[in-house]
Amino acid sequence: MSCGQIILDYGLRAVGIGAQLLPRSEFTLCHQFTLIGSGLIWNVYFAVLALTFGFFAATGLALAKASRTRWLRKPAEWFIFAFRGSPLFIQFFLAYEALVMLPRAGIDIFGLTVATSWLTKAWAGALIVLFLNTAAYSAEIFYGALMAVPKGDIEAADAYGMTGWTRFRRVLWPTMLRLAWPSYTNEAIFLFHATTLVFFSGFPSFQQKGDALYYAKFFADKTFNPFVPYPITAFYFVLLTLALIALFGWVNRRLNRHLPGARPRLRIRPQIIR
Amino acid sequence: MFANCADPKTLEGLNWLLCYLTTGKQLLFYQSFLTVLTLIAITAPIALAFGFGGALAARSHVAPLRWVGKGYTAMVRGVPDIVFFLFVPVALDQGLEWIRHKTLCPEWTAPVRQGADFVVCAAAKLPLSSSPQAVHEFYGFVLAIIAFSVVFGAFAANVLYGAMQAVPQPQLETAEAYGMSRRQVSRRILIPQMWVYALPGLSNLWMILIKATPLLFLLGVADIVYWARELGARKSQIYDFPHPDWRLWYFLVLLVFYLLMTKVSEVVLRRVTTRLTRGQATMAGEAMRKAGA
Repeated sequence: MSCGQIILDYGLRAVGIGAQLLPRSEFTLCHQFTLIGSGLIWNVYFAVLALTFGFFAATGLALAKASRTRWLRKPAEWFIFAFRGSPLFIQFFLAYEALVMLPRAGIDIFGLTVATSWLTKAWAGALIVLFLNTAAYSAEIFYGALMAVPKGDIEAADAYGMTGWTRFRRVLWPTMLRLAWPSYTNEAIFLFHATTLVFFSGFPSFQQKGDALYYAKFFADKTFNPFVPYPITAFYFVLLTLALIALFGWVNRRLNRHLPGARPRLRIRPQIIR
Repeated sequence: MFANCADPKTLEGLNWLLCYLTTGKQLLFYQSFLTVLTLIAITAPIALAFGFGGALAARSHVAPLRWVGKGYTAMVRGVPDIVFFLFVPVALDQGLEWIRHKTLCPEWTAPVRQGADFVVCAAAKLPLSSSPQAVHEFYGFVLAIIAFSVVFGAFAANVLYGAMQAVPQPQLETAEAYGMSRRQVSRRILIPQMWVYALPGLSNLWMILIKATPLLFLLGVADIVYWARELGARKSQIYDFPHPDWRLWYFLVLLVFYLLMTKVSEVVLRRVTTRLTRGQATMAGEAMRKAGA
């Protein structure tokens, strides 16, 4: 079989398009590169959506944690502690077991039947867990940055007569993001790497549609040779991590573009601190 | 365990629960918490040693050694750690078996890799197929420890390398001016001073290590996740203690366990930080000096 045919068959296998059966006897380099690459679709899907939703939730949580109102602050603190203090792996298991317990037929709300079965699927359930997890971690980062906003900036905003939403949108938020961005980049890298856990935890893969690591493990188990599929996975992840750093570096330059003098370069030390 | 637990079907209420919580399998579940704590206790020092070696190698003046050190620290960047957890044990296992195969059975000429099989002679198997189950489990646990140590050693190397760079340069130059050799500068000035700079990174690492322990389950070790899934699953009437699907509750117990570990670590680490910053030329140390004065 030519490599082009393999790519046609397995290039989108992870989302269920193409050949139905996974390769059974042939495990060429082309097979492994194609199938593991198609699994990356899931990693990117989880990372992009969780980060997008998580970003806004984290902003809200950080504000709630910084709030003077007890009823806002305490729940935010507990939420952040619970998700930062426990392993993501356990969170996946727990969420899956909890979601499975929902009635299969759906829940009746005022005569409307709300379907629940989709929540136990990885694309929704795991996404919710990843979203909550990154929201908690990012909220802690944003909270730290919010506390580090220079006092002078706020006083200047007050002097201009800015209050409430305007002050937040034009002064607090941009500065907070600027200060938080290097750490937030780290968090994004971490979350991207954490997406590999999805199909190894409670969430089963449906019709062998899995992520990159799922297929890498498939090949490693079939060929009993870990020295090919895992380096391929690593190669893909290094590439995508570099792309992620480039994207976040661009945002970082934008956030800092008004600063006089040398623009602070984004110094990435991934994987150290979360 | 208790005498009145002999016939569980007759028990009710609190008695039933008491008997259920003291069955042999439950005790194994409690023991597996010790497995996890043992793993942390063994891995942490080894990883720190690996990291120390890696950081020193990355600073070395000998180029090949420096490349090894830099390569090791760069290894974990960009690649999910779980890839290493899946890769290292299998790779190590096969590597060891291959070496044993070459030394113990030199008369074999057939290749080790035959298509999708990895074939070594019976004497080279690790552990030997005749050895008891406990040896197999122990071997799996040791492989897990090595995998954890390698990955976390690379993390630690990153942290310690940064900490060594953070020690004020003039201090090292002063030491050199006093005629100390490079080795003496490292031992007397660099290493005693770097810990306070390394502490934030190392505490983070400790938290990450705790939170990485459920991955033991993926390595085939019978850890708390394994037992929670096993015991929590629905037990039909043919079991002594039938119960519905309780996995949610078992995982809630695990969640509480990890939250407690985090909380205790936070408190202890805060104390260590206070102890180490005393008298240091950092902002926190200065603040402490002023508060004391």
